[in-house]
Amino acid sequence: MKNSVPLLKRMRESRLFWPIVAMALILLVDAIFAPGFFKVGILDGHLYGNIVDAFNNSAPLMLVSLGMTLVIATGGVDLSVGAVIAISAAMGAVLINPALGNKLITNDILTKDATNTPLWLIVLATLGAGTLCGLWNGLLVSRAKIQPMVATLILMVAGRGIAQLITNGQIMTIYFTPYFWFGNGFILGLPVSIYIVALVFIIAWVLVRKTSIGLFIESVGINAKATYYSGISEKNIKLFVYIFSGFCAAIAGLILSSYVHSADGNNNGLNYELDAILAVVIGGTLMSGGRFSLLASLVGALIIWTFTITMYTFGVPANALLAGRAVLVLLVILLYSDYARRLLNRIFSLG
Amino acid sequence: MTTTNDFILTMKDISKTFPGVSALENVDFSLMRGEIHALVGENGAGKSTLIKVLTGVETPDSGTIELDGSMVQVRSPKQSQEIGISTVYQEVNLCTNLSIAENIMLGHEPHHFGGIDWKKLKLLASQALKRLDVNVDVNQPLGNFSVAVQQMVAIARSLEIASAKILILDEPTSSLDANEVSQLFSVMRKLKGEGIGIIFITHFLDQVYQVSDRITVLRNGKLVGTYNTTALPRVELIAKMLGRSITDLDKVSKARFSGEQKGDKKQTLEAKGLGRAGSLEPFDMELFASEVVGIAGLLGSGRTEMANLTFGIDTPDTGNLTLNGKKIEHFSPLDSLKNGIALCPEDRKAEGVVGELTIRENIILALQARYGWFKYMGTAKQYEFADKYIKLLGISTPSQDQLLKNLSGGNQQKVILARWLATDPQVLILDEPTRGIDVGAKAEIQKLVLELAEEGKSCVFISSELEEVLRTSHRIIVMRDRKKAAEYSGDVDDQTIIQTMAGAL
Repeated sequence: MKNSVPLLKRMRESRLFWPIVAMALILLVDAIFAPGFFKVGILDGHLYGNIVDAFNNSAPLMLVSLGMTLVIATGGVDLSVGAVIAISAAMGAVLINPALGNKLITNDILTKDATNTPLWLIVLATLGAGTLCGLWNGLLVSRAKIQPMVATLILMVAGRGIAQLITNGQIMTIYFTPYFWFGNGFILGLPVSIYIVALVFIIAWVLVRKTSIGLFIESVGINAKATYYSGISEKNIKLFVYIFSGFCAAIAGLILSSYVHSADGNNNGLNYELDAILAVVIGGTLMSGGRFSLLASLVGALIIWTFTITMYTFGVPANALLAGRAVLVLLVILLYSDYARRLLNRIFSLG
Repeated sequence: MTTTNDFILTMKDISKTFPGVSALENVDFSLMRGEIHALVGENGAGKSTLIKVLTGVETPDSGTIELDGSMVQVRSPKQSQEIGISTVYQEVNLCTNLSIAENIMLGHEPHHFGGIDWKKLKLLASQALKRLDVNVDVNQPLGNFSVAVQQMVAIARSLEIASAKILILDEPTSSLDANEVSQLFSVMRKLKGEGIGIIFITHFLDQVYQVSDRITVLRNGKLVGTYNTTALPRVELIAKMLGRSITDLDKVSKARFSGEQKGDKKQTLEAKGLGRAGSLEPFDMELFASEVVGIAGLLGSGRTEMANLTFGIDTPDTGNLTLNGKKIEHFSPLDSLKNGIALCPEDRKAEGVVGELTIRENIILALQARYGWFKYMGTAKQYEFADKYIKLLGISTPSQDQLLKNLSGGNQQKVILARWLATDPQVLILDEPTRGIDVGAKAEIQKLVLELAEEGKSCVFISSELEEVLRTSHRIIVMRDRKKAAEYSGDVDDQTIIQTMAGAL
């Protein structure tokens, strides 16, 4: 039965089809105009090159997009992820600070490559801080019944303040080398962050596709009332997705602070909420909720970064980058429109 | 007697094929000036497609449309409005947050000095409503009014802005109570007097006989025939719609008598003084195994409120509910589900159907909810369950991976029923299970309810169609003004019930 549908048609109906087409188009442009783009070299036993960079740089966004996908699938949105990144980064930096617990604080102690807190505790506290933020958002949305956009806007605004409170208003530089491993380390020649993304993706995928959670999330996003009437606690489903989104943002915060060796309440994870929403939309999940694909959102995040690096390769100045990104978004969204679909279907069926 | 000039609309040889399905085959349809013409048929008979062709939503593959003596080609809904064809749908497509006046005149506001002439706008709007004998304050937001008034506003709008020659009413009475229906009918008769041709689509055969002049019957995309209403007895009409004799319907009533209450009366659910301020006054009900209890009552009589309280959608603030002698402490759909109480909700579209999920996923949804988050049944078992219930209920679909929104109303209802049957409930509450579905599916659902009772379940059957309640119930509870008015055994006659509903007994 399934095989009777032509391969091309099945491919076109897959959620991954359009994101991959968009990705392929960007890479095609690179292949034609920037032949050096695909060069992958080995330096100190590590792979390097634009493609590796794209993966490494997009890791935090990919993580945030995973959480955002589930939130958007329930018909909500989480605007606070950028702020949550800053909070967890600040949490990590404060705990690492070797001056913590020292009575005498000197510059020597501050810049020492050491910490008084065990690394596992640092990681746990970082992830815990973000997860708590998610819990807060989830309670506001599911229990206090505040509209998701408004509820998460609260933490989006307040979160950066909280991050600065944690670091006492300072930009905290991190000197503890083992912490750098998350954002800069390599395993078997590939960046650690890629492994982290893969791990979280697998956990998330198993959680939504091998339990009934994924079905319930989609059902809530399509018709929350009917879902409730069917005996599903839509409140708990909503609570869960916001907690998960906070958790994902926390891991992103860990990687980002490790990558840049510092925690900056004002700039860590800036605009990540918008990029994550974009990645999810490029991945074909509707903002109104319902069907979702985690993998397509990952491709969406990758598209954003590949495009960014491509722009840099072509020498587009940083301040013109956002305009370029806007054009990309426009094109992708147009590809999704019914009209473009019909047009393309006609072209395909002629061919 | 009738010359061609009396016909305002003549559709000839209309055919429309969708991939794999022929939705209309050489259908002829004609409408006279000042006529109410009922268009009837089972779901999937082609009624909607015919209307879509007429209103320009779909383009016919072949056939001609003659409007007011000249050939027309309707290319878009906008164009159809411009040439005088107006449609009012079951779900009113208006803006509830705008005032009535704004809704009527939206897009056609009178202007002066470069701005909107509000005074004239309100005047025109209230004149348009007066034409329909509706007296309401046009400054109020539309959302403050009942669906009935909203529908009147929709009709007024179509008459005002389009100066309609043809008015299509698509299932206009589904969410109206008896009073509102008669109000609508008087408006229809008035418009008919003004020479407007009205196409009336409905599943309520009583209403067809109350108001229509002629009836056109469609079946499986083909024209069965057009008849004068007075010359077509109801039994024949049903036979024509179904394309078979009405023995199916007879079977239902026979089933009831063979399934008559057995000797051992095992009580399942008991409500004692169950009530909630502002929605239901203290209510008593006793259910026994293997019986169907019918609930009769008008819209707003408290029947749906009773169902919602029993199932735990709302929490009661007085009285209590016991199941098999055990008091129910927690009220929520999930608790009810675990206790073995199921509710097939009244508003299928808003409270039942999860349209973008597949039929399979819709069927297993409640069962999976009872299993919980982590005891996932897996696709293989899902297919098994879905397959079983698709066969059991005769759900017609090409595949269980079809999205539920693509099915017809009757089949959607069966899927929602299947969702609850899959949880194997002891008490099954069905709130308007046959609303808006065709005669054949109705009979099947009634039969199914009786079969379920015979298997030992307690069923509560709520319906605004009295005939249906009488036919399926062993006992009947009549509700009025948010409380129980009376309880009768199943052999009560309809007159008694109608009088109880009206408050005369």
